[in-house]
Amino acid sequence: MAFLTLQHVRKQFGANAAVEDFNLDVEAGEFVSFLGPSGCGKTTTLRMIAGFEKPSSGRISLNGRDITNARPNERDVGMVFQQYALFPNMTVGQNVGFGLKLRKAPRTEIKSRVSELLELIHMPDKGDNYPHELSGGQQQRVALARALAISPQVLLLDEPLSALDAKIRDELRNEIRRIQRQLNITTIYVTHDQEEAMALSDRVVVMSRGAMEQVGPPFQIYNYPETQFVASFVGKLNQLPGKVLDPAAGTVQCGDVAIRTTTPIEEQAGAAVNVMVRPEELDLGAGEENQVSGVVESVNFLGAIVRVRLDRAHSNGAGESITADLFNERLLELPSVGDTVTVSFPAHACWVLTAR
Amino acid sequence: MTSISEVGGNRPPPRSWNWVGIVPFLVFSTAFLLGPAAILLVRSFQANEGGWTLLNYQQLTDPQVLEAYGLSVRISLVTAIIGGVFGFLMAWAVIYGGLPRPFRSLLTTFSGVASNFAGVPLAAAFIFTLGRIGLITALFGFFGVELYQSGFSLYNFWGLSVVYMFFQFPLMVLTITPALEGLKKEWKEASENLGATSWQYWRHVALPVLLPSILGTIILLFGNAFGAHATAYALTGGTLRLATILIGAQISGDVLQNQGLGYAVAMGMVVIMGVSIGIYTILQRRAERWLG
Amino acid sequence: MTVTAAPTAVETPAAVVTPAKAGTGSKVMAWLILLAGIAYFLTPLIATGERAFRAIGGTFSFEAFRRVVSDPEFLRTFGESAINAVLTIFVSLLVIVPTAYWVTLRVPKLRSVIEFITLLPFVIPAVVLVFGLIRMYSRPPLAILSTYGSTRVMLICAYAALSFPYMYRSVDNGLRAINVRTLTEAAQSLGAKWPTIIRRVIFPNLRVALLSGALLTFAIVIGELTIALYMGQHTFGPYMSNLVRNFVAEPAALTVLSFAMTWAAMGIISYLARRQPSSKPKKAV
Repeated sequence: MAFLTLQHVRKQFGANAAVEDFNLDVEAGEFVSFLGPSGCGKTTTLRMIAGFEKPSSGRISLNGRDITNARPNERDVGMVFQQYALFPNMTVGQNVGFGLKLRKAPRTEIKSRVSELLELIHMPDKGDNYPHELSGGQQQRVALARALAISPQVLLLDEPLSALDAKIRDELRNEIRRIQRQLNITTIYVTHDQEEAMALSDRVVVMSRGAMEQVGPPFQIYNYPETQFVASFVGKLNQLPGKVLDPAAGTVQCGDVAIRTTTPIEEQAGAAVNVMVRPEELDLGAGEENQVSGVVESVNFLGAIVRVRLDRAHSNGAGESITADLFNERLLELPSVGDTVTVSFPAHACWVLTAR
Repeated sequence: MTSISEVGGNRPPPRSWNWVGIVPFLVFSTAFLLGPAAILLVRSFQANEGGWTLLNYQQLTDPQVLEAYGLSVRISLVTAIIGGVFGFLMAWAVIYGGLPRPFRSLLTTFSGVASNFAGVPLAAAFIFTLGRIGLITALFGFFGVELYQSGFSLYNFWGLSVVYMFFQFPLMVLTITPALEGLKKEWKEASENLGATSWQYWRHVALPVLLPSILGTIILLFGNAFGAHATAYALTGGTLRLATILIGAQISGDVLQNQGLGYAVAMGMVVIMGVSIGIYTILQRRAERWLG
Repeated sequence: MTVTAAPTAVETPAAVVTPAKAGTGSKVMAWLILLAGIAYFLTPLIATGERAFRAIGGTFSFEAFRRVVSDPEFLRTFGESAINAVLTIFVSLLVIVPTAYWVTLRVPKLRSVIEFITLLPFVIPAVVLVFGLIRMYSRPPLAILSTYGSTRVMLICAYAALSFPYMYRSVDNGLRAINVRTLTEAAQSLGAKWPTIIRRVIFPNLRVALLSGALLTFAIVIGELTIALYMGQHTFGPYMSNLVRNFVAEPAALTVLSFAMTWAAMGIISYLARRQPSSKPKKAV
């Protein structure tokens, strides 16, 4: 029996199904992210675990105990909010110790636990400061310490980094992962930032419009997306429209060129499909099996990556453009806008999905 | 400094002349606000025979004056505290008490009306309610309780207090509602998440955060009652000697046997009002820091 | 006079807060408080209404109203007060609007000074103000209070001064809501001259704020007692006061009318406040 399970959890707001049939087993100590665009139901699901929303149907159990209808103050979960939600009338120390104070823990115990946590978040001398005296990043760390002070069984984070600057976000992201590993606490993390989700998680749940699209480790989500949504939401994606030539041989006709893929094709010959291939799988030149040419539309030098966009309009309706991400090299010769250029990719780098 | 072109479209005048536009306002304010206040201030330091003196202020300990101030302070304190507490409870009830939604805007609109209902109409309404032949007096009588026999009177301290509540409650409601609405939802959720009950949340988080606003508004209510004249006059015709009534009487004739004292009393009132508004403003700023 | 339009009465309402669900215990307490409040507030109104609509025989009747309205003094004093109110609004707007605009655009540093002055009516209660006014203007060289007419002018100016807190706040909020500096600069960059700016950009967007301020001022002036009384003015306030204290004719009906008028004015203000424009002007300029 997994540590935290959600079974057929649904949430209905009037006529709108915010969450449909959510099923998940989370192991103890696992770091799981809920990833998706706004409105996909990830926050609602998190709030149901925390107890701030009641599921319309389904079951949630934690460590063997059914908490579906338990009140939020009886659940033994710790929550970190996007807007920190630190109590403005209390110092950092009082904020962190609040949960223990409510549990009537002795003063000495509260004091030592608070300093222990302030050490953990690397803010040992800020105990007497007030929230409004701290920066956003510092406040969020205090919020984290406050949630952990009561040693909850599960840590829930609702887009904790969204309100912070990019640089602080990176730092704090690593902090969160470090602390989670150190305490080995089961964690659910909600975000719309796929880089965050993939960098932090053991597993990612990709959600869209209330439904779970795919669950799996980041590598799998990225390289073996199971639906159109997951493929295009996570990472960048090229989609070449075409018609299936021979399912057994794995060939598809995309405009003026035939593409072969090693991923099995389930559609029939003649079916309209999209060939998917990630930009980083494309090389400049005719080195690999599948070759696609086009007129260079733009060359963006992003530093480590050079992003080349080819216009394929001339290849009789075989898709409008294709983007290639090339690694930068000092001897790299960048193509110019207007050049006709060929890019290529191996057969195992692409896969096929039914066109809609 | 500013990129806005001048009236008339000529070249911009030097910066220091910009304040000219404020002159009409300053003239008007001086004529009808600052001037009268200044006159009272100056004359309060003048002796009846001419020359300057502090005698008038020393005479503020005159029993008549003390009684008037004392009465005003007491009624202002009572109506501010009771009005503040109950007004807060009413605002809480419609915002967080789980009552049907329409009641919220109803209370706000009604409070806007009621807080301006002071003066003659209010006094009249309460005469019809609790006066000697008022509706409620009659109702009590019906059940065998003779209100006026047992010492109650609309025209004394407690009667007037009851009447004052009619505009004190709403003022509290209107002023404290933004503060109550400023309580972040996440604070309640965070406290629940840490194990707090509703009551614990209010005790440890919400009320401490609201305290500056509540205190500030109670002080505002104090000032409001202290400076009230029309309602008391309409109700008692001057028999209840509040500080404002005393000043009113002084205007009509020299009831204090010392013109200068009258001015001192008026200035004393201005000082008290000024201090109230001042404390209120300071506390409001404090509150905004946490709730803004 | 206890004029107490609260600070938030004319502000744009913020987004409505949706609080978490209340527990049963809280709900019971909330209902009790609400019922107590309703009982307290409605009882005087019911008592007054009962008296106003009661005829000699104890049945429902408009007799009291008829008597009130047919009293020539009623019409005269009400008319005089109404005219005073309108003139007050006029004077107040004339002083406040340009000042608020000027402060916002040209001398923002003087803002706190101006705001302080507009708050003086809270610090100088009506009875003290009239005391000072009378003492200031009854002796030469400022002997303005010699005739009824000139005193009336003084009364109107005093009322205008008393309306400053509400009028200024209303207009200031309105100017802030429409972000007047940006609007003016945008209009100027498009080539508009001052009269056009005031007419087409400022005024339409301030309409709601101006109306709110005006209605509030009307409510304040119409029943004002203290200043009118001590200046010997025969306006609606002293008229009502006389009636109430001498129980001549039917003060109940009068009270009902007065209350109805205040409610109407406030109701309109609330309605207008909800339609306050944001930084987007409704009509194309």
